[in-house]
Amino acid sequence: MLKMELTNYEALRRHGEETYPHECCGVLLGQMDGEVRTVNSVARCGNTRTDSPHNRYDIDPRELVRIQRQGRERGEDIVGFYHSHPDHPARWSPTDLAEAHWFGCSYVITSVEKGKAAVTNSFELTGSDEADKKLVDEKIEVGHAET
Amino acid sequence: MTKINIPTPLRQYAGKQPTVEVKAGTVSEALSGLVSKHPDLRRHLYTDDGKLRSFVNVYLNDEDVRYLQKEATALKDNDTISIVPSIAGGW
Repeated sequence: MLKMELTNYEALRRHGEETYPHECCGVLLGQMDGEVRTVNSVARCGNTRTDSPHNRYDIDPRELVRIQRQGRERGEDIVGFYHSHPDHPARWSPTDLAEAHWFGCSYVITSVEKGKAAVTNSFELTGSDEADKKLVDEKIEVGHAET
Repeated sequence: MTKINIPTPLRQYAGKQPTVEVKAGTVSEALSGLVSKHPDLRRHLYTDDGKLRSFVNVYLNDEDVRYLQKEATALKDNDTISIVPSIAGGW
């Protein structure tokens, strides 16, 4: 299960609207506790797939190294990633599965229809290696920060 | 000593540690030292013929070792290596 505050949930959905009709992408940072991944912060990334940005995304590993380092300084780990599917369902594609390598992490996908964020789903990458990996539906629990 | 940052999905094969320290003169030696300490990591980092998997990026501090001297890149004291599986996809 993936848990996050509403502000982070809205931030990743809004990112997809801002980059529409291109795919957005970013990193989810927080804590892993068994089967529960809790997001404390969301880091936006650039999409390096300028050749086909409407249906492909790729995060520059250099950006990932920086985000990972900054997260560790705050006591946060990478627990997942998000991207958008402009005018396409919020389901993982064969490309999403082929390119997924962070086992035990969440892959969040938001469909953006005509510029508006629609459905947001999350999938956990399960399995033990490239041969048996699967993206499995998981619940997103959206909470509200205590005031 | 060189510090190697282990990404979250691979920590289960590295004694659940976020970082592993090894004594090495090159990136290649550091990675060899890492898989010697934690043999279960080998199949996740290398193909059956011993090549680094295509989706495994290795960074020395903030530089991709592919743009340095690859795995022959020399290390200095207190260098940090990061293993970063790629992030990509789309519909």
